[in-house]
Amino acid sequence: MKELVILSGKGGTGKTSLTAAFASLSENKVLCDADVDAADLHLLTNPDILVRTDFKGGGVAVINKDKCTQCGTCIELCRFDAVDDDFNVNEIECEGCGVCVDLCPEQAIDFPIKTCGQWFISNTRFGPMVHARLGIAEENSGKLVSLVRQEAKKLAETKGFDLIITDGPPGIGCPVIASLGGANALVIVAEPTVSGLHDMERVAQLAQHFKVPCMVCINKADLNPEKADAIEKIAREKGVKILGRIPFDPDFTKAMIQTENIVEFNKDSNTSRVIKEIWDKIMMSSAINN
Amino acid sequence: MIISIASGKGGTGKTTVATSLALSLQSGVQLLDCDVEEPNCHLFLNPEFEKSQTVFTPVPEIDKSKCSFCRKCVDICRFNVIALAGETVLTFPELCHSCGGCMAVCPEDAITEVGREIGTVEKGRVNNIDFVYGRLRVGEAMSPPLIKKVRSYIQNDKINIIDAPPGTSCPVIAAMNHTDFVLLVTEPTPFGLHDLKLAVEAVKILNIPHGLVINRSDMGDTKVKEYAEQENIPILLNIPFDRKIAEAYSKGRAIVEQMPEWKDKFLNLYARIKKITDQGAEQR
Repeated sequence: MKELVILSGKGGTGKTSLTAAFASLSENKVLCDADVDAADLHLLTNPDILVRTDFKGGGVAVINKDKCTQCGTCIELCRFDAVDDDFNVNEIECEGCGVCVDLCPEQAIDFPIKTCGQWFISNTRFGPMVHARLGIAEENSGKLVSLVRQEAKKLAETKGFDLIITDGPPGIGCPVIASLGGANALVIVAEPTVSGLHDMERVAQLAQHFKVPCMVCINKADLNPEKADAIEKIAREKGVKILGRIPFDPDFTKAMIQTENIVEFNKDSNTSRVIKEIWDKIMMSSAINN
Repeated sequence: MIISIASGKGGTGKTTVATSLALSLQSGVQLLDCDVEEPNCHLFLNPEFEKSQTVFTPVPEIDKSKCSFCRKCVDICRFNVIALAGETVLTFPELCHSCGGCMAVCPEDAITEVGREIGTVEKGRVNNIDFVYGRLRVGEAMSPPLIKKVRSYIQNDKINIIDAPPGTSCPVIAAMNHTDFVLLVTEPTPFGLHDLKLAVEAVKILNIPHGLVINRSDMGDTKVKEYAEQENIPILLNIPFDRKIAEAYSKGRAIVEQMPEWKDKFLNLYARIKKITDQGAEQR
């Protein structure tokens, strides 16, 4: 079984639109939305949720006023300034480290485990999909990313599917690191802009750091062909496989508004043809075939 | 005054708005790029840097000659940083949240704190704009401590503009929390609307006045506009799609440099933000 993770570094380069297009072009796979912080893949796949499970994160400190003697130990110990002078814990600031809980001389602090999101197993017109919804302003997005990827793997094994296509989060931090460990290959969606180039380099560095093979495709390539050349040059220098160039196409937005991916929207368009070529290249790559 | 610029969705134009707003204000302004995983503002401003600081977060180091293997540090740590097997003690510093619990409970004083490098903060200037940005070390997972470091450069006598990371989880909260106004940048598409709703929820939890910029405002549908009206969120600026803007952006040029006529629109945007925050201050 192989897992392909779509990343970009920079947000808004077209990861989800491409993931959804790949969903149309492939067979026998599980879709996985690992962008738990702002999941959007379900907006193009209309999932029918079959199983809904709470995601338990860490604990959060709650001071029991009846037991609290206002000695100030917790205020002194808390490095996150989460306890105010009236001995209330600010949930947003609380890191869930539990130091105040363990060291309160009165044992006046409870540490209830928070439900900080939900994850889902769904059916879609492209086959099964695992996705999640992290609660607003919650931590542990890395943990939830690992969980949805694990569940997608389980599902693929049970169904005998040999491919998982994972839509990854933006950036290079905690959720992204959680989304690439153990993946067989990454596809980086870059855009030909100074930002796109800069962020693509950082995510490619991250892939090297964790020794995951990566490939790159350029979306909105005709907005700046020179920058597209520059991206390909860097890719070549880093030994990153170049998959192709997708033109800037308003059809992406039009398709999204109809809750379709671009291949469904117009399978004979030039853009759809290019995406199919890119998909075939991915499927023929050594990272997927080894 | 601190204005943070946020959006649930990536790629909606936060950096475009942040840089153009700073360039339009020209002086008495500081731009702080808190999107430390993928900082981009400097690519548009090209500031002269005068100071670079490597940022560390404290993590435990255990002096094995003092350790009595009592397990207290293992028990207090909620992040599985310390593992003890027989008389072998191991630490996994990349998992550490720097809470200091292990050091506080060690009866032998065997634990000291050393630094784990999380990134750098660079400070510079361009014309009369002060500029600070953070750059997360590649391979480092935790951005909030670095975001807090960037924010420590806030100057109270200036207009501070914070470019926040995308999303709604801890890094975004670290960038938006305790600011005077959140400017949400979105695009009028189903993805834009979906992620905007999440961002609005987050801003409401933090109880910060907010308004909206709709980028590529003519490419998509009317649902974002309808949602904003229904939720009474003021739409402070519409930026229609213009290939010239997109191409200028791709070269690292801010809108107001490419099309000076936009400068007044951004000054007007600031005036509207100021009016809202002043009204809020009066009500308090």
